[in-house]
Amino acid sequence: MSITVVDARNLLCPLPVIRTQDSVAKLQPGDVVQVLCTDPGVVHDIPAWCRVHGHEVRAIKEREYEIIIDIRVGSGG
Amino acid sequence: MPKQAKAVALISGGLDSLLAARVVMEQGVHVEGINFFTGFCVEGHTHAIRKKDHKRPKRNNALWSAEQLGIKLHIVDIIEEYKDVVINPKHGYGSNLNPCLDCKIFMVNKAREWIDANGFDFIITGEVIGQRPMSQRKDTMPVIARDSGAGERLVRPLCARNLPPSLAEIEGWLARDRLYAFNGRSRKPQMALAKQFGFEDYAQPAGGCCFLTDKQYAVKLTDLWSTRGKREYDLDDIMLLKVGRHLRPRPNFKIIVGREEGENRFLEGYRKRFVHMIPTSHTGPLVLLDGDISAADIELAARLTARFSQGRDAERVTIEVNPKGSATHSLVVVPLPTDEIPAGWYL
Repeated sequence: MSITVVDARNLLCPLPVIRTQDSVAKLQPGDVVQVLCTDPGVVHDIPAWCRVHGHEVRAIKEREYEIIIDIRVGSGG
Repeated sequence: MPKQAKAVALISGGLDSLLAARVVMEQGVHVEGINFFTGFCVEGHTHAIRKKDHKRPKRNNALWSAEQLGIKLHIVDIIEEYKDVVINPKHGYGSNLNPCLDCKIFMVNKAREWIDANGFDFIITGEVIGQRPMSQRKDTMPVIARDSGAGERLVRPLCARNLPPSLAEIEGWLARDRLYAFNGRSRKPQMALAKQFGFEDYAQPAGGCCFLTDKQYAVKLTDLWSTRGKREYDLDDIMLLKVGRHLRPRPNFKIIVGREEGENRFLEGYRKRFVHMIPTSHTGPLVLLDGDISAADIELAARLTARFSQGRDAERVTIEVNPKGSATHSLVVVPLPTDEIPAGWYL
Protein backbone atom coordinates (compact mmCIF):
# COMPACT_ATOMS: atom_id res chain seq x y z
CA MET A 1 0.00 0.00 0.00
CA SER A 2 1.30 3.46 -0.82
CA ILE A 3 0.18 6.93 0.19
CA THR A 4 0.12 9.54 -2.56
CA VAL A 5 -0.37 13.23 -1.88
CA VAL A 6 -2.20 15.34 -4.46
CA ASP A 7 -1.74 19.08 -4.04
CA ALA A 8 -4.89 20.68 -5.44
CA ARG A 9 -4.68 23.84 -3.36
CA ASN A 10 -5.79 27.03 -5.14
CA LEU A 11 -7.51 24.99 -7.82
CA LEU A 12 -11.24 25.29 -8.32
CA CYS A 13 -13.57 22.40 -9.05
CA PRO A 14 -13.54 20.35 -11.11
CA LEU A 15 -9.74 20.58 -11.31
CA PRO A 16 -9.18 18.98 -7.86
CA VAL A 17 -11.41 16.11 -9.00
CA ILE A 18 -9.43 15.77 -12.23
CA ARG A 19 -6.10 15.78 -10.37
CA THR A 20 -7.45 13.12 -7.99
CA GLN A 21 -8.78 11.03 -10.88
CA ASP A 22 -5.45 11.21 -12.72
CA SER A 23 -3.55 10.19 -9.61
CA VAL A 24 -5.89 7.30 -8.76
CA ALA A 25 -5.59 5.96 -12.32
CA LYS A 26 -1.93 5.14 -11.61
CA LEU A 27 -2.59 3.38 -8.28
CA GLN A 28 -3.65 -0.05 -7.09
CA PRO A 29 -6.72 -1.06 -5.05
CA GLY A 30 -6.01 -0.42 -1.37
CA ASP A 31 -3.61 2.46 -2.01
CA VAL A 32 -4.34 5.71 -0.22
CA VAL A 33 -4.53 9.19 -1.75
CA GLN A 34 -4.47 12.34 0.34
CA VAL A 35 -5.85 15.36 -1.53
CA LEU A 36 -5.03 18.87 -0.28
CA CYS A 37 -7.60 21.45 -1.41
CA THR A 38 -8.84 24.97 -0.77
CA ASP A 39 -12.05 25.04 -2.86
CA PRO A 40 -14.96 24.24 -0.52
CA GLY A 41 -16.73 22.57 -3.45
CA VAL A 42 -14.46 19.54 -3.06
CA VAL A 43 -16.33 18.30 0.00
CA HIS A 44 -19.22 17.53 -2.36
CA ASP A 45 -17.44 16.77 -5.61
CA ILE A 46 -14.64 14.43 -4.54
CA PRO A 47 -16.94 12.16 -2.49
CA ALA A 48 -19.41 12.12 -5.41
CA TRP A 49 -16.62 11.15 -7.79
CA CYS A 50 -15.48 8.44 -5.35
CA ARG A 51 -19.01 7.05 -5.07
CA VAL A 52 -19.44 6.64 -8.84
CA HIS A 53 -16.03 5.00 -9.19
CA GLY A 54 -16.18 2.77 -6.14
CA HIS A 55 -13.48 4.44 -4.04
CA GLU A 56 -13.79 5.05 -0.31
CA VAL A 57 -13.52 8.45 1.34
CA ARG A 58 -11.86 7.67 4.65
CA ALA A 59 -11.77 11.16 6.13
CA ILE A 60 -12.44 14.80 5.34
CA LYS A 61 -10.60 17.25 7.58
CA GLU A 62 -11.01 21.03 7.41
CA ARG A 63 -8.42 23.43 8.80
CA GLU A 64 -8.89 27.15 8.29
CA TYR A 65 -9.23 27.41 4.53
CA GLU A 66 -7.61 24.05 3.78
CA ILE A 67 -9.47 20.79 3.24
CA ILE A 68 -7.74 17.41 3.35
CA ILE A 69 -9.50 14.37 1.90
CA ASP A 70 -8.18 10.84 2.40
CA ILE A 71 -9.28 8.26 -0.16
CA ARG A 72 -8.73 4.53 -0.32
CA VAL A 73 -8.60 3.33 -3.91
CA GLY A 74 -11.26 0.74 -4.70
CA SER A 75 -11.17 -2.03 -7.25
CA GLY A 76 -13.68 -0.45 -9.61
CA GLY A 77 -11.11 1.71 -11.43
CA MET B 1 -24.82 -14.84 -26.08
CA PRO B 2 -24.52 -11.54 -28.00
CA LYS B 3 -21.89 -9.15 -26.71
CA GLN B 4 -22.97 -6.29 -24.50
CA ALA B 5 -22.34 -3.09 -26.43
CA LYS B 6 -20.48 -0.29 -24.66
CA ALA B 7 -21.12 3.41 -25.10
CA VAL B 8 -19.76 6.63 -23.69
CA ALA B 9 -22.21 9.45 -23.04
CA LEU B 10 -21.25 13.11 -23.11
CA ILE B 11 -22.57 14.26 -19.75
CA SER B 12 -22.89 18.02 -19.36
CA GLY B 13 -24.90 17.96 -16.15
CA GLY B 14 -28.07 19.07 -17.92
CA LEU B 15 -31.28 17.15 -18.43
CA ASP B 16 -30.84 16.15 -22.07
CA SER B 17 -27.56 14.27 -21.62
CA LEU B 18 -28.95 12.60 -18.50
CA LEU B 19 -31.98 11.36 -20.43
CA ALA B 20 -30.00 10.34 -23.50
CA ALA B 21 -27.73 8.12 -21.42
CA ARG B 22 -30.67 6.61 -19.58
CA VAL B 23 -32.56 5.83 -22.79
CA VAL B 24 -29.59 3.82 -24.03
CA MET B 25 -29.06 2.10 -20.67
CA GLU B 26 -32.69 0.97 -20.83
CA GLN B 27 -31.70 -1.18 -23.81
CA GLY B 28 -29.00 -3.05 -21.91
CA VAL B 29 -25.98 -1.14 -23.17
CA HIS B 30 -23.06 -0.58 -20.79
CA VAL B 31 -22.73 3.21 -20.50
CA GLU B 32 -20.02 5.35 -18.95
CA GLY B 33 -20.01 9.14 -18.89
CA ILE B 34 -17.44 11.65 -20.08
CA ASN B 35 -17.34 15.31 -19.19
CA PHE B 36 -14.95 17.88 -20.63
CA PHE B 37 -13.50 20.77 -18.64
CA THR B 38 -12.71 23.69 -20.94
CA GLY B 39 -11.97 26.33 -18.30
CA PHE B 40 -15.09 28.25 -19.36
CA CYS B 41 -17.53 25.91 -17.63
CA VAL B 42 -19.95 27.75 -15.39
CA GLU B 43 -20.19 24.59 -13.30
CA GLY B 44 -18.80 25.10 -9.84
CA HIS B 45 -16.44 28.01 -10.16
CA THR B 46 -18.36 31.11 -9.36
CA HIS B 47 -20.40 29.35 -6.73
CA ALA B 48 -17.21 28.14 -5.11
CA ILE B 49 -15.63 31.57 -5.13
CA ARG B 50 -18.49 33.77 -4.00
CA LYS B 51 -19.24 33.47 -0.34
CA LYS B 52 -22.74 34.85 -0.80
CA ASP B 53 -23.57 31.83 -2.94
CA HIS B 54 -22.55 29.37 -0.25
CA LYS B 55 -26.14 28.68 0.76
CA ARG B 56 -26.77 27.20 -2.68
CA PRO B 57 -26.00 23.53 -3.15
CA LYS B 58 -22.54 23.31 -4.65
CA ARG B 59 -22.94 20.01 -6.39
CA ASN B 60 -21.25 19.29 -9.70
CA ASN B 61 -24.19 18.51 -11.96
CA ALA B 62 -22.26 16.15 -14.21
CA LEU B 63 -21.28 14.06 -11.19
CA TRP B 64 -24.84 14.30 -9.91
CA SER B 65 -26.09 12.97 -13.27
CA ALA B 66 -23.61 10.09 -13.12
CA GLU B 67 -24.81 9.20 -9.64
CA GLN B 68 -28.44 9.25 -10.77
CA LEU B 69 -27.54 6.94 -13.63
CA GLY B 70 -25.22 4.75 -11.57
CA ILE B 71 -22.40 5.11 -14.08
CA LYS B 72 -18.74 6.10 -13.97
CA LEU B 73 -17.89 9.63 -15.05
CA HIS B 74 -14.54 10.48 -16.60
CA ILE B 75 -13.74 14.19 -16.34
CA VAL B 76 -11.21 15.29 -18.92
CA ASP B 77 -9.10 18.45 -18.78
CA ILE B 78 -9.08 19.92 -22.31
CA ILE B 79 -8.07 23.47 -21.36
CA GLU B 80 -5.00 23.66 -23.59
CA GLU B 81 -6.44 21.96 -26.67
CA TYR B 82 -9.65 23.94 -26.39
CA LYS B 83 -7.88 27.26 -26.93
CA ASP B 84 -7.82 26.72 -30.68
CA VAL B 85 -11.59 26.17 -30.66
CA VAL B 86 -12.14 29.48 -28.89
CA ILE B 87 -9.60 31.50 -30.81
CA ASN B 88 -10.08 30.09 -34.33
CA PRO B 89 -13.59 28.64 -34.66
CA LYS B 90 -14.04 27.33 -38.19
CA HIS B 91 -17.80 27.80 -37.98
CA GLY B 92 -17.68 31.15 -36.19
CA TYR B 93 -19.22 32.42 -33.00
CA GLY B 94 -22.78 32.56 -31.74
CA SER B 95 -24.23 35.73 -30.28
CA ASN B 96 -21.18 36.24 -28.03
CA LEU B 97 -17.83 34.39 -28.08
CA ASN B 98 -19.48 30.98 -28.04
CA PRO B 99 -18.12 28.70 -30.75
CA CYS B 100 -20.89 26.17 -30.14
CA LEU B 101 -20.67 24.15 -33.34
CA ASP B 102 -16.87 23.87 -33.25
CA CYS B 103 -17.13 23.04 -29.55
CA LYS B 104 -19.54 20.18 -30.17
CA ILE B 105 -17.40 18.82 -33.02
CA PHE B 106 -14.32 19.04 -30.81
CA MET B 107 -15.95 17.26 -27.88
CA VAL B 108 -17.44 14.49 -29.99
CA ASN B 109 -14.02 14.04 -31.59
CA LYS B 110 -12.44 13.74 -28.12
CA ALA B 111 -15.10 11.19 -27.20
CA ARG B 112 -14.32 9.30 -30.42
CA GLU B 113 -10.66 9.18 -29.44
CA TRP B 114 -11.73 7.94 -26.00
CA ILE B 115 -13.89 5.10 -27.31
CA ASP B 116 -11.13 4.05 -29.70
CA ALA B 117 -8.65 3.96 -26.82
CA ASN B 118 -11.00 2.15 -24.44
CA GLY B 119 -12.70 -0.37 -26.71
CA PHE B 120 -16.18 1.18 -26.62
CA ASP B 121 -18.62 0.94 -29.51
CA PHE B 122 -20.44 4.24 -29.81
CA ILE B 123 -21.01 7.77 -28.48
CA ILE B 124 -24.19 9.22 -26.98
CA THR B 125 -25.13 12.89 -26.90
CA GLY B 126 -28.24 14.63 -25.66
CA GLU B 127 -28.64 16.70 -28.81
CA VAL B 128 -32.13 17.47 -30.08
CA ILE B 129 -32.76 18.87 -33.54
CA GLY B 130 -33.86 22.49 -33.29
CA GLN B 131 -33.04 22.80 -29.59
CA ARG B 132 -30.15 25.25 -30.02
CA PRO B 133 -29.86 27.85 -32.77
CA MET B 134 -26.20 27.24 -33.61
CA SER B 135 -25.22 23.67 -32.90
CA GLN B 136 -28.43 21.68 -32.73
CA ARG B 137 -30.04 22.16 -36.11
CA LYS B 138 -31.02 19.62 -38.73
CA ASP B 139 -28.23 20.82 -41.03
CA THR B 140 -25.53 20.81 -38.33
CA MET B 141 -26.19 17.30 -37.02
CA PRO B 142 -24.44 15.60 -39.98
CA VAL B 143 -21.64 18.19 -39.84
CA ILE B 144 -20.88 17.23 -36.23
CA ALA B 145 -20.94 13.52 -37.07
CA ARG B 146 -18.70 14.02 -40.11
CA ASP B 147 -16.18 16.57 -38.80
CA SER B 148 -15.72 14.79 -35.48
CA GLY B 149 -14.89 11.56 -37.27
CA ALA B 150 -17.58 9.77 -35.26
CA GLY B 151 -19.87 9.21 -38.25
CA GLU B 152 -22.42 6.46 -37.64
CA ARG B 153 -20.94 5.84 -34.18
CA LEU B 154 -22.69 8.96 -32.92
CA VAL B 155 -26.15 8.33 -31.44
CA ARG B 156 -28.62 11.04 -30.42
CA PRO B 157 -31.22 8.96 -28.59
CA LEU B 158 -33.62 11.87 -28.00
CA CYS B 159 -34.03 12.66 -31.71
CA ALA B 160 -32.64 9.49 -33.36
CA ARG B 161 -35.88 8.71 -35.18
CA ASN B 162 -35.54 12.01 -37.06
CA LEU B 163 -32.09 10.99 -38.29
CA PRO B 164 -30.69 8.15 -40.44
CA PRO B 165 -30.04 4.91 -38.50
CA SER B 166 -26.80 4.88 -36.54
CA LEU B 167 -24.35 1.99 -36.28
CA ALA B 168 -25.89 0.99 -32.95
CA GLU B 169 -29.27 0.54 -34.64
CA ILE B 170 -27.80 -1.22 -37.68
CA GLU B 171 -25.90 -3.64 -35.42
CA GLY B 172 -29.00 -4.29 -33.34
CA TRP B 173 -27.56 -2.87 -30.12
CA LEU B 174 -30.40 -0.35 -30.01
CA ALA B 175 -33.99 -0.77 -31.16
CA ARG B 176 -34.96 2.30 -33.17
CA ASP B 177 -38.55 2.18 -31.95
CA ARG B 178 -37.31 2.61 -28.36
CA LEU B 179 -35.49 5.81 -29.26
CA TYR B 180 -37.19 9.21 -29.54
CA ALA B 181 -38.12 11.80 -32.15
CA PHE B 182 -37.92 15.02 -30.13
CA ASN B 183 -37.72 18.16 -32.22
CA GLY B 184 -37.62 21.88 -31.53
CA ARG B 185 -37.13 24.13 -28.55
CA SER B 186 -39.90 22.82 -26.33
CA ARG B 187 -38.68 21.24 -23.11
CA LYS B 188 -41.97 19.48 -22.41
CA PRO B 189 -41.02 16.09 -23.95
CA GLN B 190 -37.81 16.02 -21.91
CA MET B 191 -39.63 16.94 -18.72
CA ALA B 192 -42.20 14.21 -19.35
CA LEU B 193 -39.44 11.65 -19.95
CA ALA B 194 -37.63 12.79 -16.80
CA LYS B 195 -40.82 12.20 -14.85
CA GLN B 196 -41.19 8.76 -16.41
CA PHE B 197 -37.66 7.85 -15.31
CA GLY B 198 -38.19 9.35 -11.86
CA PHE B 199 -35.59 12.09 -12.26
CA GLU B 200 -36.23 15.09 -10.04
CA ASP B 201 -34.09 18.02 -9.01
CA TYR B 202 -32.17 17.98 -12.30
CA ALA B 203 -30.26 21.09 -13.35
CA GLN B 204 -32.42 23.73 -14.97
CA PRO B 205 -30.79 25.51 -17.89
CA ALA B 206 -30.15 29.13 -16.94
CA GLY B 207 -28.09 30.83 -19.62
CA GLY B 208 -26.16 27.77 -20.64
CA CYS B 209 -23.22 26.00 -19.05
CA CYS B 210 -20.44 28.04 -20.65
CA PHE B 211 -19.19 31.53 -19.84
CA LEU B 212 -18.54 32.14 -23.54
CA THR B 213 -22.30 32.50 -24.05
CA ASP B 214 -22.36 35.31 -21.48
CA LYS B 215 -22.38 38.81 -22.96
CA GLN B 216 -20.52 40.47 -20.10
CA TYR B 217 -17.88 37.75 -20.02
CA ALA B 218 -17.37 38.09 -23.77
CA VAL B 219 -16.84 41.84 -23.37
CA LYS B 220 -14.12 41.17 -20.79
CA LEU B 221 -12.40 38.53 -22.91
CA THR B 222 -12.51 40.81 -25.97
CA ASP B 223 -11.01 43.60 -23.86
CA LEU B 224 -8.23 41.27 -22.68
CA TRP B 225 -7.35 40.31 -26.25
CA SER B 226 -7.53 43.84 -27.64
CA THR B 227 -5.37 45.38 -24.91
CA ARG B 228 -2.75 42.65 -25.21
CA GLY B 229 -2.78 42.91 -28.99
CA LYS B 230 -3.11 39.15 -29.40
CA ARG B 231 -5.83 36.54 -29.03
CA GLU B 232 -4.29 34.37 -26.35
CA TYR B 233 -5.18 33.37 -22.83
CA ASP B 234 -4.13 31.09 -20.02
CA LEU B 235 -6.26 29.49 -17.34
CA ASP B 236 -5.58 32.27 -14.82
CA ASP B 237 -6.73 34.88 -17.33
CA ILE B 238 -10.08 33.22 -17.91
CA MET B 239 -10.59 32.47 -14.23
CA LEU B 240 -9.97 36.10 -13.28
CA LEU B 241 -12.54 37.24 -15.85
CA LYS B 242 -15.15 35.38 -13.80
CA VAL B 243 -14.31 37.16 -10.58
CA GLY B 244 -14.86 40.69 -9.30
CA ARG B 245 -15.72 44.01 -10.89
CA HIS B 246 -13.49 44.83 -13.84
CA LEU B 247 -12.91 48.51 -14.66
CA ARG B 248 -10.58 49.94 -17.28
CA PRO B 249 -10.01 53.59 -16.34
CA ARG B 250 -7.09 53.99 -18.76
CA PRO B 251 -6.16 52.08 -21.91
CA ASN B 252 -2.94 50.85 -20.28
CA PHE B 253 -4.45 49.21 -17.21
CA LYS B 254 -7.54 47.78 -15.59
CA ILE B 255 -8.46 46.97 -12.02
CA ILE B 256 -10.18 43.89 -10.63
CA VAL B 257 -12.14 44.65 -7.48
CA GLY B 258 -13.22 41.83 -5.14
CA ARG B 259 -16.94 42.13 -4.43
CA GLU B 260 -17.06 40.15 -1.23
CA GLU B 261 -14.98 38.00 1.11
CA GLY B 262 -14.91 34.89 -1.06
CA GLU B 263 -13.72 36.84 -4.09
CA ASN B 264 -11.13 38.74 -2.02
CA ARG B 265 -9.73 35.44 -0.79
CA PHE B 266 -9.61 34.09 -4.33
CA LEU B 267 -7.83 37.22 -5.59
CA GLU B 268 -5.29 36.91 -2.76
CA GLY B 269 -3.90 33.93 -4.62
CA TYR B 270 -2.81 36.31 -7.40
CA ARG B 271 -1.05 38.91 -5.22
CA LYS B 272 2.43 37.91 -6.37
CA ARG B 273 1.54 38.36 -10.02
CA PHE B 274 -0.10 41.77 -9.81
CA VAL B 275 0.34 45.18 -8.27
CA HIS B 276 -2.41 45.13 -5.67
CA MET B 277 -3.93 47.35 -3.03
CA ILE B 278 -6.27 47.18 -0.08
CA PRO B 279 -7.78 49.79 2.25
CA THR B 280 -6.34 49.78 5.77
CA SER B 281 -8.32 52.60 7.39
CA HIS B 282 -11.65 51.05 6.39
CA THR B 283 -12.97 47.64 5.42
CA GLY B 284 -12.70 47.17 1.70
CA PRO B 285 -11.83 45.04 -1.28
CA LEU B 286 -8.59 43.58 -2.48
CA VAL B 287 -7.87 45.20 -5.84
CA LEU B 288 -5.53 43.85 -8.52
CA LEU B 289 -4.05 46.16 -11.15
CA ASP B 290 -3.40 44.59 -14.53
CA GLY B 291 -1.26 46.44 -17.06
CA ASP B 292 1.64 48.83 -17.43
CA ILE B 293 1.14 51.18 -14.52
CA SER B 294 2.48 54.69 -13.78
CA ALA B 295 2.49 56.57 -10.46
CA ALA B 296 -0.56 58.55 -11.63
CA ASP B 297 -2.34 55.29 -12.37
CA ILE B 298 -1.59 54.05 -8.85
CA GLU B 299 -3.18 57.19 -7.41
CA LEU B 300 -6.28 56.78 -9.58
CA ALA B 301 -6.56 53.08 -8.70
CA ALA B 302 -6.21 53.91 -5.00
CA ARG B 303 -9.04 56.44 -5.25
CA LEU B 304 -11.19 53.81 -6.98
CA THR B 305 -10.29 51.27 -4.29
CA ALA B 306 -11.39 53.80 -1.67
CA ARG B 307 -14.63 54.29 -3.59
CA PHE B 308 -15.43 50.58 -3.33
CA SER B 309 -14.55 50.45 0.40
CA GLN B 310 -16.63 51.18 3.47
CA GLY B 311 -14.88 54.56 3.47
CA ARG B 312 -16.54 55.64 0.24
CA ASP B 313 -18.13 58.65 2.02
CA ALA B 314 -15.10 59.45 4.21
CA GLU B 315 -12.89 62.47 3.56
CA ARG B 316 -9.78 60.32 3.37
CA VAL B 317 -9.04 56.62 3.07
CA THR B 318 -5.66 54.98 3.62
CA ILE B 319 -4.72 52.44 0.97
CA GLU B 320 -1.88 49.96 1.25
CA VAL B 321 -0.15 49.66 -2.11
CA ASN B 322 1.88 46.55 -2.95
CA PRO B 323 3.93 47.03 -6.09
CA LYS B 324 5.65 44.06 -7.64
CA GLY B 325 9.30 43.93 -6.64
CA SER B 326 9.40 46.99 -4.37
CA ALA B 327 8.37 47.92 -0.85
CA THR B 328 4.78 48.23 0.29
CA HIS B 329 3.68 51.80 1.01
CA SER B 330 0.53 53.64 1.99
CA LEU B 331 -1.39 56.34 0.19
CA VAL B 332 -4.02 58.57 1.77
CA VAL B 333 -6.58 59.41 -0.90
CA VAL B 334 -9.96 61.01 -1.43
CA PRO B 335 -12.47 58.38 -2.64
CA LEU B 336 -13.39 58.96 -6.26
CA PRO B 337 -16.97 60.24 -6.40
CA THR B 338 -19.42 57.97 -8.16
CA ASP B 339 -20.20 60.63 -10.77
CA GLU B 340 -16.54 60.70 -11.76
CA ILE B 341 -16.56 57.02 -12.70
CA PRO B 342 -17.82 56.87 -16.29
CA ALA B 343 -20.02 53.89 -17.14
CA GLY B 344 -17.58 53.10 -19.94
CA TRP B 345 -14.92 52.15 -17.40
CA TYR B 346 -16.92 49.10 -16.36
CA LEU B 347 -16.23 46.02 -18.44
